[in-house]
Amino acid sequence: MKHARIVFEGATHDATERDGQLLLADGRLVAPDAVTAWLPPLAPTARPRTILALGLNYADHAKELEFKAPEEPLVFIKGESTLTGHRQFTQRPADVQFMHYECELTVVVGRTARHVKRGDAYDFIAGYTVANDYAIRDYLENWYRPNLRVKNRDTCTPLGPWRVDAADVPDPMALALQTTVNGKVTQSGNTKDMIFDVPFLIEYFSSFMTLQPGDLILTGTPDGVVDCRPGDVIVTEIEGVGALHNTILAA
Amino acid sequence: MNLPISGTVYGVLLNFHGEVQALEPQMNQPPYKAAPRAPILYVKPANTWSAHGAAIPVPARVPQVEVGATIAMVMGRDVQAARSSDAIDSVAGYVLMNDLSIPHASFFRPPVKFKCLDGFLGVGPQLRAAAEAGDPAGFALEVHVNGVLKQSLRFADLVRNASQLLADVSAFMTLHAGDVLMLGCGPGRPLAQAGDRIDISAPGFATLSNTLAPEGSAA
Repeated sequence: MKHARIVFEGATHDATERDGQLLLADGRLVAPDAVTAWLPPLAPTARPRTILALGLNYADHAKELEFKAPEEPLVFIKGESTLTGHRQFTQRPADVQFMHYECELTVVVGRTARHVKRGDAYDFIAGYTVANDYAIRDYLENWYRPNLRVKNRDTCTPLGPWRVDAADVPDPMALALQTTVNGKVTQSGNTKDMIFDVPFLIEYFSSFMTLQPGDLILTGTPDGVVDCRPGDVIVTEIEGVGALHNTILAA
Repeated sequence: MNLPISGTVYGVLLNFHGEVQALEPQMNQPPYKAAPRAPILYVKPANTWSAHGAAIPVPARVPQVEVGATIAMVMGRDVQAARSSDAIDSVAGYVLMNDLSIPHASFFRPPVKFKCLDGFLGVGPQLRAAAEAGDPAGFALEVHVNGVLKQSLRFADLVRNASQLLADVSAFMTLHAGDVLMLGCGPGRPLAQAGDRIDISAPGFATLSNTLAPEGSAA
């Protein structure tokens, strides 16, 4: 099942997808175009406690950025205020030279996870969504790289549109992934090319910290990142999970 | 767990002059290559939060932990692009924190594996109201490990004072009401190990005490 969190007629609703429409808890069916706003589909909790993100988790992207592939996960943490939803706007700061999207399969944790072995990892996943983990590369200093000025800006992490139940994604490690800018394909890849796959990441994180339901893991992006300018419409799409639309605004 | 904080907790590196001086010889060398131009922040996620009085678990593989005693600002309202002259007005209050880390030498990559272990952020028992606390430049704290004084910090020694730090952080991201921003942990951070008791005290603040316990032992 596909779950969304939307604003409709002035109220926030949890909804599920039915025949291309949104089914509300009160039984009403809403057309996607009638939605006032799509919010990050964060259930099973209203707020994610922890948002973990991977850097350089596809070998081709690591190469593109002139690094050798990492020997252990390169991880950073994001604050909640960077999140926004499907069909929302992301601000490009003034005077920036290079700001790029990153289409990322995102894991939504479903159960408290501590010392989980990779063979059991899928039991701890509630579902998946799509993130667009924008980076503002002008600010990439060599301190806690990538730092929060690059990665933690308001509205710079669109998430959604759906949280798809784990049961509906039989093999998350074989999903086609692509990004279009104004309808033109600029990035295409496959989750099979991750350096550290999803079961590894669950094992890795839960070896030193407890993951809780609703925590998010953004798993990194393949190569093909290009500069995004005000007015550009960016669609980050993952096979079977969803197509996340976002528009760049001048700040 | 009853804590006087709720939002995202941000720490800051190198915000005491003594820390900067200690690292200055390496700042223009690889991997850093240049001095930082903006505040260097990190997040202490919710799994790290420990209440005053709690036993904090230390994994058997970790012989010692580093105590990062500090005072943190708790935001009373959303702060975006604040001016340094009035940024401090958005602070609701201050709280003592015990920001624990596994000792690590490099600040090149985010130190999630070293800073985000369960329980690795002691949070003081009470918020001290901003109106009562006055100018954070007057804050001072002491760290005692097993009753022995190990560190004294004066917040007049900050690279960015509280207002400037708020202005420089809110220039690139919004701090929301309830979010927390630490003022910095200072040089000469004490080391401690399982079995030790850590007390962080500051004039006007309720003392923050935690013990370190071997992971897996009863709290």
